[in-house]
Amino acid sequence: MADTKDFQKGYLNMELLRFTTAGSVDDGKSTLIGRLLYDSKAIFEDQMEAIERASAQKGDEHVNLALLTDGLRAEREQGITIDVAYRYFATPKRKFIIADTPGHVQYTRNMVTGASTANVAIILIDARQGVLEQTIRHAYIASLLKIPHVIVCVNKMDLVEYQEEVFLGIKNRFKELSVKLDIQDIRFLPISALKGDNVVDRSEKMDWYDGPTLLYLLENIHVISDYNYVDGRFPVQYVIRPQTEKYHDYRGYAGRIASGTFEPGDRVAVLPSGFTSSIKSVDMMNESLEMAFAPQSVVITLEDDIDISRGDMIVKENKMPETGQDIEMMICWLSETPLLMNGKYSVKHTSSDARCIVKEMPFKININTLEKNYDDKGLVMNEIGKIKIRTTKPLYYDSYRRNRITGSIILIDESTNNTVGAGMIV
Amino acid sequence: MKKYNLNHLRELESESIYVLREVAAQFEKPVLLFSGGKDSIVMFYLARKAFWPAKVPFPLMHIDTGHNFPETIEFRDYLMKKTGTKCISAMVQDSIDKGRAVEETGINASRNVLQTVTLLDAIEERKFDCALGGGRRDEEKARAKERFFSHRDEFGQWDPKNQRPELWNLFNGKKKMGEHFRVFPLSNWTEMDVWQYIYMEDVEIPDLYFTHKRKVFLRDGVWLADATFMEKKDTEEVVEKDVRCRTIGDITCTGLTLSKANTLEDIIQETAATRVTERGGRYDDKRSEAAMEDRKKEGYF
Repeated sequence: MADTKDFQKGYLNMELLRFTTAGSVDDGKSTLIGRLLYDSKAIFEDQMEAIERASAQKGDEHVNLALLTDGLRAEREQGITIDVAYRYFATPKRKFIIADTPGHVQYTRNMVTGASTANVAIILIDARQGVLEQTIRHAYIASLLKIPHVIVCVNKMDLVEYQEEVFLGIKNRFKELSVKLDIQDIRFLPISALKGDNVVDRSEKMDWYDGPTLLYLLENIHVISDYNYVDGRFPVQYVIRPQTEKYHDYRGYAGRIASGTFEPGDRVAVLPSGFTSSIKSVDMMNESLEMAFAPQSVVITLEDDIDISRGDMIVKENKMPETGQDIEMMICWLSETPLLMNGKYSVKHTSSDARCIVKEMPFKININTLEKNYDDKGLVMNEIGKIKIRTTKPLYYDSYRRNRITGSIILIDESTNNTVGAGMIV
Repeated sequence: MKKYNLNHLRELESESIYVLREVAAQFEKPVLLFSGGKDSIVMFYLARKAFWPAKVPFPLMHIDTGHNFPETIEFRDYLMKKTGTKCISAMVQDSIDKGRAVEETGINASRNVLQTVTLLDAIEERKFDCALGGGRRDEEKARAKERFFSHRDEFGQWDPKNQRPELWNLFNGKKKMGEHFRVFPLSNWTEMDVWQYIYMEDVEIPDLYFTHKRKVFLRDGVWLADATFMEKKDTEEVVEKDVRCRTIGDITCTGLTLSKANTLEDIIQETAATRVTERGGRYDDKRSEAAMEDRKKEGYF
């Protein structure tokens, strides 16, 4: 039995990191994920036995690690990945959530979904193929979705005799392209997922590379600063009124801090009413917190009685969000039914529900060449463009660039209730 | 320690609480499915945290096969009394009596599959529009594809190939009459996270999770508890062993782990060292490669 203090230090001091993987078909994405899970002991014996059995039955030569991530019957039968799958592993430093998104051409929507919550994107490039159209698409989506860190893995280095020139050639080509893109932090790694070079252990075949391994990067990339701690934004999710004897006058506003920090005494404004007050307490069950910050879920109480309900936003007075009904955004279309100009949709933005009409579409993007098309109006599934909408009531927002929570919005088809568009406010 | 540091458990907790509050806000009549296992215990604990100091604004419901470990029921009743909460029992036996479900026969008979009938009937009868489940994506490969907000049609079916995209923290719970949602607040938790959280927050759990002596027998490499309604083959010999549950389900399909783990620290260390998945001991998953996917499509938990 370990000493309790050491024990707590080991298990209760880990950080969470969410990453997404993007690669073309056969770039070795499943092998890479399989390698990370296997080397970090997140694959169990019975899972391994099950995929060994399944691989043997299908007549595969090697154990097919893709079977680990392809969970649905149809996926296993067709040998393709249909939907985003979530995978988990942990090292003593961090717990990792992988959004494993299919590399198929028509699945831009899955990549956007996986990217929406990621801190890190891993983009895989086959060393033999170099930068492809699809690579550009992956890089563009990472930049559009504002994933703070991008790790470009040049994979299958074993098949190009571990040559530094090949790696540098791809690195330079990617850098040229990414000048046009808005990515804060890009790293490049030469790896072989199959052989394990530079994934968990350093490669002995590439003396010329003196950077970190992939796992080291994932464990050490600084993610705390990815959150916005400047703009105080607290979308009210739910009003808590116990109306019991003990808490007769308690009126708390429950929500998850979208950005910034909140502490007792802070001056705040409530939108849309515009009334101001100060924070009385920040509660979490029996605890009153000295300070809370994104992404904590808390209950805030105010000094003054103000009428506040779901959809309202408590903000810090010093830095107010934008308010408006005419909103411009980049949007990725997710539905088989095309976007309708002048069409009406439901929208969800923070805890707020509204309706909107699509007024204009200035352009759409060819995501393989990044060229803008000003003529073709309307979007079909997997296309990305800029639109202007008018909402039935004002929304309180920031640009997505500044705030991934108050800057994101979804469009919902009013007849099917399906989520059809993912918008990033400009 | 850095100023804005949130450990992984606190971040998962915040996410789950956010999801629970979305459920309370977006649905008219949600219900929390409570089995008495550690996942639903943690989910209920998080729900109490999410709405404190008010009460959890939805009822609990136990889909009861009648084939329980008695300790599970004792613990359930104790916890309900302690927290002043009501837990509805929907009995599989009632579904059988009404002819809605047919009891399986034979040596591997289990009421596991029948629970789906009872669950869907209870949702329909009581007009629940959302059922909260403690399912986690790391449990099983079909669950890895599951959304936080999972749409069910009017037959209670799941269409895994045609799910709504789920982006950022914007959950779309819109539905038509007669349809409902399954919501999984613990989607991103692993077995280890659940144990660490129980340890960190000192959450009460049934004694079944700790080592105890029990009469058991071995079937296909899985230790099962001896109970009156368990039919045994002649070759299956009942012996007494030191065991504990890693997961608690119906007694007929819950495999027991040989273990001397007596504290939460022991359990966490055992979980870290184990090389078999949690559901590896679940007899209900061994029926076929896609056993979970097939049951989930029909409306299972």
